[in-house]
Amino acid sequence: MTHLEARGVVKAYGRTPALGGVTLDVAEGEIVAVTGPSGCGKSTLLHCLAGILRPDAGEVTWRGARIDTWSEAARSRLRRTEFGVLFQFGQLVAELTAAENVALPLLLAGTGRREARTAALTWLDRLGVAEVADVRPGEMSGGQQQRCATARALITEPRVLFADEPTGALDTLAGEQVLTQLVRLAREQRTTVVLVTHEPRIAAYADREVMLRDGLVDHTGLGLDTPLAGGHR
Amino acid sequence: MSTQHVLLGLLAGGARHGYELKRAHDARLPRARPLAFGQVYATLARLQRDGLVVPAGQERDGGPDRTAYALTDEGRAALEHWLSTVEPPVPYVASTLFAKVVVALLAADVDRARAYLTAQRRAHTARLRELTAVKTAPSATLDDVVAADFAIAHLDADLRWLHTTLDRVADWHREVHS
Ligand SMILES: Nc1ncnc2c1ncn2[C@@H]1O[C@H](COP(=O)(O)OP(=O)(O)OP(=O)(O)O)[C@@H](O)[C@H]1O
Ligand SMILES: [Mg+2]
Repeated sequence: MTHLEARGVVKAYGRTPALGGVTLDVAEGEIVAVTGPSGCGKSTLLHCLAGILRPDAGEVTWRGARIDTWSEAARSRLRRTEFGVLFQFGQLVAELTAAENVALPLLLAGTGRREARTAALTWLDRLGVAEVADVRPGEMSGGQQQRCATARALITEPRVLFADEPTGALDTLAGEQVLTQLVRLAREQRTTVVLVTHEPRIAAYADREVMLRDGLVDHTGLGLDTPLAGGHR
Repeated sequence: MSTQHVLLGLLAGGARHGYELKRAHDARLPRARPLAFGQVYATLARLQRDGLVVPAGQERDGGPDRTAYALTDEGRAALEHWLSTVEPPVPYVASTLFAKVVVALLAADVDRARAYLTAQRRAHTARLRELTAVKTAPSATLDDVVAADFAIAHLDADLRWLHTTLDRVADWHREVHS
């Protein structure tokens, strides 16, 4: 059974074509970078895989089940339980502290307050931002916010993490620290990661790279899409 | 960077004199150090000794400086081999990468240049991934990280150039041959 799979995924926004038939297989525990120039369809593909957008044609399957035909409610449940999503700008809730933000997915899933807070503190610590636990996003740096958002995306221990330019708003060092943590934690928990980026050095954190061009997988970069010999997992 | 191969590339379009080669070199590789005439003749002598070029006639009133040189079949093969060899992805190969693409455009066509750029991009990407794996390993020390960062930063600069040049190569070819 395949883990996460797109088959001939087509998506347009009105008359603007975004994906022209993308086929992609992601194995369990694999970290895959999706790269390509601006506007090539990376974010659209990520949204289709994560069940946020429904493709116009083609299929998305998750552990053998076709999820693109599921109802919005069923897909949103999937995103709360099995999937985690992380965007360029953390999208933390401004009124809540870091710990409250990170605990949110657990609270939504019915975990008790105290237990959720303890878990949130653990995750903030893992991402090296324990000190901002009781601070609101408005008083944090961009890097701290992004680490909180990462902790929030990982706290449910999702089986797949979808990250769209997760370090796009950070400087080089902050970006590398967030990614290093993210990749280490993902490998530890065998979390599958789909990492969208236009930067080669960010893509290098992945096991392999899938390049898009004009809404299609670009095979001229052939060879980038094979994992490192010997692997490191 | 290999001056020998650049000269072979400049001769791919037909026989040229030493001073023409120097001019063409300095014009095509404006960021490289200008070639000294002495270096041009010394390189041509070495190429001739190795059978890669042959004298192709002298101007009537010219001295040795006025000798034109032409590629031999061996010379053409040596050039082709150089163009199809990916550079080891180590820091500071940028000027060689640049020279290879220029020569590919002059001596061959857009597809040749693209094939080289794509192969080089693959080699660079694989190396970048290896170095990144080294620094994200849980056992990595700060020494490892800082050393890897140095190489990563340089390879990343090359890679950005490889990416943008792949997109520009068709326009560039048109300009070079206009
Ligand atoms: N909400 C939208 N409405 C209309 N067109 C859209 C929308 N979102 C994306 N597009 C178009 O779809 C195409 C693919 O966009 P997408 O956002 O997937 O690209 P991307 O590869 O993520 O680009 P970037 O690197 O700039 O984020 C583009 O032509 C874009 O203009
Ligand atoms: Mg995008």
